[in-house]
Amino acid sequence: MSNMDLAIYARRKRVNLIGMVLSMSAMAVGLGFLFWILSVLLLKGFSAIHLSMFLESTPAPGSDGGGLANAIVGSLMIVASCALISTPIGVLAGVYMSEYGDRSRLASITRFVNDIMLSAPSIVIGLFVYAMVVVPSKHFSGWAGTVALTLIAIPVVVRTTENMLKLVPVSLREAAFALGAPKWKVSTSVVLKAARSGVMTGLLLALARVSGETAPLLFTALNNQFFNMDMAKPMANLPVVIFQFAMSPYENWVKLAWGGALLITLTVLALNIIARVVFREKVAA
Amino acid sequence: MNNADELMTSHRQSVLRWQRWQDFFFEKTTLVFALSTLVALTGIIVSLFVSSMPVLQTFGLTFFYTIEWDIINSQFGGLIAIFGTVVTATIAIVIALPLSFGIAVFLTETCPMKLRRPLGTAIELLAAVPSIIYGMFGLFVFAPLFAEYVQPALASTLGQIPVVGILFTGAFNGIGILAAGLILAMMILPFIASVMRDVFEIVPPILKESAYGLGCTTWEVVTKIVLPYTKTGVVGGVMLGLGRALGETMAVTFVIGNAHKLSPSLFSPGNSIASTLANEFGEAEPGLHYASLFALALALFVITLVVLSLAKWMLSRAEAKKGLKT
Repeated sequence: MSNMDLAIYARRKRVNLIGMVLSMSAMAVGLGFLFWILSVLLLKGFSAIHLSMFLESTPAPGSDGGGLANAIVGSLMIVASCALISTPIGVLAGVYMSEYGDRSRLASITRFVNDIMLSAPSIVIGLFVYAMVVVPSKHFSGWAGTVALTLIAIPVVVRTTENMLKLVPVSLREAAFALGAPKWKVSTSVVLKAARSGVMTGLLLALARVSGETAPLLFTALNNQFFNMDMAKPMANLPVVIFQFAMSPYENWVKLAWGGALLITLTVLALNIIARVVFREKVAA
Repeated sequence: MNNADELMTSHRQSVLRWQRWQDFFFEKTTLVFALSTLVALTGIIVSLFVSSMPVLQTFGLTFFYTIEWDIINSQFGGLIAIFGTVVTATIAIVIALPLSFGIAVFLTETCPMKLRRPLGTAIELLAAVPSIIYGMFGLFVFAPLFAEYVQPALASTLGQIPVVGILFTGAFNGIGILAAGLILAMMILPFIASVMRDVFEIVPPILKESAYGLGCTTWEVVTKIVLPYTKTGVVGGVMLGLGRALGETMAVTFVIGNAHKLSPSLFSPGNSIASTLANEFGEAEPGLHYASLFALALALFVITLVVLSLAKWMLSRAEAKKGLKT
């Protein structure tokens, strides 16, 4: 082996080493950032969480104390109604794409549009709902917020439902058809049932996605300083309260914002992890 | 006997007819729901267009390339916001691209099998953190550190280079275009990384094994086999990240500084379309200001639509390759 060969080998090894070290440092940067964000949240958030945060409503400007009770209840109501509306729409749309979609051009266009709506800027959806719901009804409302979040959740549900239904073996469908079952029965009680944990995963991921969305709620649900359970009125919700309080000059408001931020992040991460566990059980079964 | 048979046949026929109706009804119902996203997309474009009509009639297309944003005198131009959106998204891509490439390479080549799943999940969780959290983190934690350590360092190194240096001059505020770009980079990093990981995994193992068999190093396999094989998918993933970065609102609004100024320095505060909307839409009076904000939203929606369509097209081409394993 000549000296030149050795030099080339050494150089190739060096390049490889540099590449691998850089790739590992990229991973370290990513993980480091995740832990940095989480630790800051835990540190600042935990000191803000008291029992009163869950019992009292948002404080008036300049007044002490207060909590996030109205925002927590508002968020729960908006997200729950979003889940109730987007589940049937998203799941049935997913059924269409997977069971009837392979032979229609319309389905492939819809699939394309759906994938675009998955990443469409959420603030534009907020503006759209403002023009469509808030302007005609002349006031902000919890329902308007629900509509905006539903528009964001549906594409997520459709996408995962379709993917999960496609994983169901064709032989299962054929067996049901051979027994004389009509297509709607095969789709609902055989295919959907077989894929139910996968569909569940999609719903949880959609919920996780909308629980943290702020931009579409800014001009739809707005905010409400008082405790309100009427969805037809402006409604306090965690993301918008966090946004307003974090930008405010009052110390107790900023503190509450950190508490709310911790609450919302833990919820979203928990939903994500549950979704993954549900899905893994399905794969194992 | 004959009668009973006929009865059975007619009964069967009526059941069949009934089932055919049910099937028809079921297909059409699911179709209507499937069309809902299509209707929403068209609705968004139409309503944005209609609501921004007053501006398009008054200023025409000049709205998109003039810089005045004078609420009192009703003079509106969207260039500053459009510029801010494009610049922050570009910074984000420039930083996130090499990082996510490194992460994807690590997760598909060097990472021990046992760790691949948990580490991949950790990166995906970074994508799940709500954007408002990134915003708060950026404003309260990142910006002070950025102003104290990173900005002076950048100004004394890159800032000294002629021409390029002008990008890194100005007051060390912490918040501004560059800070917004950095936070955005961290936000889109997991999206790009997971798309890249997915497309790297469709490379047929036999190609990689042949290269390893010839004595290639991991780095050579990645750059000379995996990357050429997956380049459309990688570009698609980057475009997907770009689409996200362009439309991101909360993270940017917290750290960009919200100033309607056009400045060559990346340290100076600016505005993006999304942050302008978040800040001003609540207070806008019906009229030109209101319509200008809708026109900005229209511009943002059209830009992201084009970017995301390209991303989707490239990813589907990459996906098609999966079918023809050689």
